[in-house]
Amino acid sequence: MTTTPPTTADTAPAQPRKLTKAEQRAAEAKTKLSSPWATAIAILMAILWTVPTFGLLVTSIRPQASIQTSGWWTWFTNPEFTLDNYDQVLFGSRTGFSTYFINTIVITIPAVVIPITIALLAAYGFAWIEFRGRDLLFVGVFALQIVPLQVALIPLLSIYVDIGLAGSFWTVWLSHTLFALPLAIFLFHNFMKDIPRSLVEAARVDGAGHVRIFFTVLMPLLVPAIAAFTVFQFLWVWNDLLVALTFAGGTPNVAPLTVRLAELSGSRGQDWHLLSAGAFVALIVPLLIFLFGQRYFVRGLLAGGVKG
Amino acid sequence: MILVFAGIVALIVLSFADAIPQITWPSFLVDSDTNVEKFGLMFLAVGMFVAVMAVLLLLVDSRKRVPNWTVVLAFVGPAIAALVLGLLWPMISNLIQSFYGNSPWYDRERGEFVGFDNYATIFTTESFQIVLRNTIIWVALVPLASVIFGLIYAVLIDRTRGEAVSKALLFLPMAISLVGASIIWKFMYEFRDASRPQIGLLNQILVWLGLDPYQFLLNSPWNTLFLLVVLIWIQTGFAMTVLSAAIKAIPDDIIEAARLDGVTGLGMFRYVTVPSIRPALLVVWVTITMTTLKVFDIVRTMTGGNFQTSVVANEFYTQSFRQFNFGLGAALAVILFILVIPIIIYQVRQLRLSEEIR
Repeated sequence: MTTTPPTTADTAPAQPRKLTKAEQRAAEAKTKLSSPWATAIAILMAILWTVPTFGLLVTSIRPQASIQTSGWWTWFTNPEFTLDNYDQVLFGSRTGFSTYFINTIVITIPAVVIPITIALLAAYGFAWIEFRGRDLLFVGVFALQIVPLQVALIPLLSIYVDIGLAGSFWTVWLSHTLFALPLAIFLFHNFMKDIPRSLVEAARVDGAGHVRIFFTVLMPLLVPAIAAFTVFQFLWVWNDLLVALTFAGGTPNVAPLTVRLAELSGSRGQDWHLLSAGAFVALIVPLLIFLFGQRYFVRGLLAGGVKG
Repeated sequence: MILVFAGIVALIVLSFADAIPQITWPSFLVDSDTNVEKFGLMFLAVGMFVAVMAVLLLLVDSRKRVPNWTVVLAFVGPAIAALVLGLLWPMISNLIQSFYGNSPWYDRERGEFVGFDNYATIFTTESFQIVLRNTIIWVALVPLASVIFGLIYAVLIDRTRGEAVSKALLFLPMAISLVGASIIWKFMYEFRDASRPQIGLLNQILVWLGLDPYQFLLNSPWNTLFLLVVLIWIQTGFAMTVLSAAIKAIPDDIIEAARLDGVTGLGMFRYVTVPSIRPALLVVWVTITMTTLKVFDIVRTMTGGNFQTSVVANEFYTQSFRQFNFGLGAALAVILFILVIPIIIYQVRQLRLSEEIR
């Protein structure tokens, strides 16, 4: 994002560093509102933000009969454990989440790889190749990232129908690629601009062409940026509902988890043993990514805030 | 630029001439039933893509002296072609469609020009007015509440023990899909008749307090508020993360100076912290506003837009792909677009400013 000051780009929990006495005192005086009340409010908020998820998690491991007759909080006095709900939601003939899980994977991988590759090339072009109309074109690309993707859905669908691709994986891959490009180009362009000109010039003097410079000079330096955007785009595609619903519809051949889950919530809204387990099947992968790649995750989200 | 315009003109002509080729694809490309077929198609797609890009780059790199424009075309061409064909052209087509009825505008037999009728319908029909009203409520409340909660939490946990864990707790909902979050909250709001034991936590709390259980999602207009709680729950983590980083970036000497002047506690928050992080506050506000305008998944999953909870983004989907009122759907998308134009202008100006600094 343009307007974020550079210092906010890295919010990953920093390694705790030994502070000097003076620094510590300065730090404490900084913004502290320490009082029992402050602590109480912070704890209350932390509880409010975790209890809903925790409640559904507990529900997903309780037997169906118990879920329907008592609240999940009774689990603490009457602990029960079963994986039946997960078994049923994944492999039951009426839900079949395992099929949709695979669809989600098949959708996500190309929808991450393709836009990133195209965007890297374009970003290099905008950053390091001189050509007429470059700045204007770049502002155009930049403005597109804020456009709500809704404005393109109806015409895109009719184009896909016209060329006979409707209801296939291609439509979902292509659409995710299109919607990811403006932001990806903008981000990578910013990172490439920050690379010292002298490095690129030196390679040029050595006789390297643009393709060589791109692969040998810039790519190694861009790994953190690519990782950040990969995480962001991965989560965006994995969690997307609108694009998948519009182009993949509800067919078990193409539709991802989110579509199936939303459908289940509409048609079997009272079957909490299926909904709770289904929700956790859908969110386990993003959750793992969150836990293990928190730094990149945060960077990606900060950078990708305004995606349309 | 000229190429871009030429491309669009060509597309309009092609559409009117109904000349977009209908292609019969081999079935393995468009129908994949088994997992092997699906993964096979996936690797084929990625492989083909990588091959095409590699050939393109090799061609440009093969000879020492290639004209500059071919290099530009190889690097920037794929992206620009994709954006023009897949984003810019659909936007224009959508704008035209919003002045037409329910058949595609380029269909010469059934396409019917209706002028501003679609917009008139949206602004004068009561059910659509409720949709617009709800959207305004969402855009007014979600960014405000998220920023306030995020700021309070960021200040409270700043430089406390276990800060990373405290942050992660609030930030966790960002990793969950909006559909997942909607189901989590639907369960919180779950209603059972007073004669039966409650299974939704909020209604159980009402019962513990001696009140009657309440239909959180059914009773308009308050149900809209209970829906937007879900988005606040998600976006607060984002606000907190950005603002926390901004707070940490406040220079120590500013704080030291204020402290020597005797500013402490809430005064510090009011006169030092908030003014210092104003740019970050603005960014967070704009970003969450954008997200809120386009919110679709929550309404779709929790109420399906029933009980007077629909918003523009959800109504767009319902009209376009459930009712097949393409004209109305297109007009709703255009309204959504008009709502973000101020933000686009603001962002482009910021871009220009940052380029100057560079």
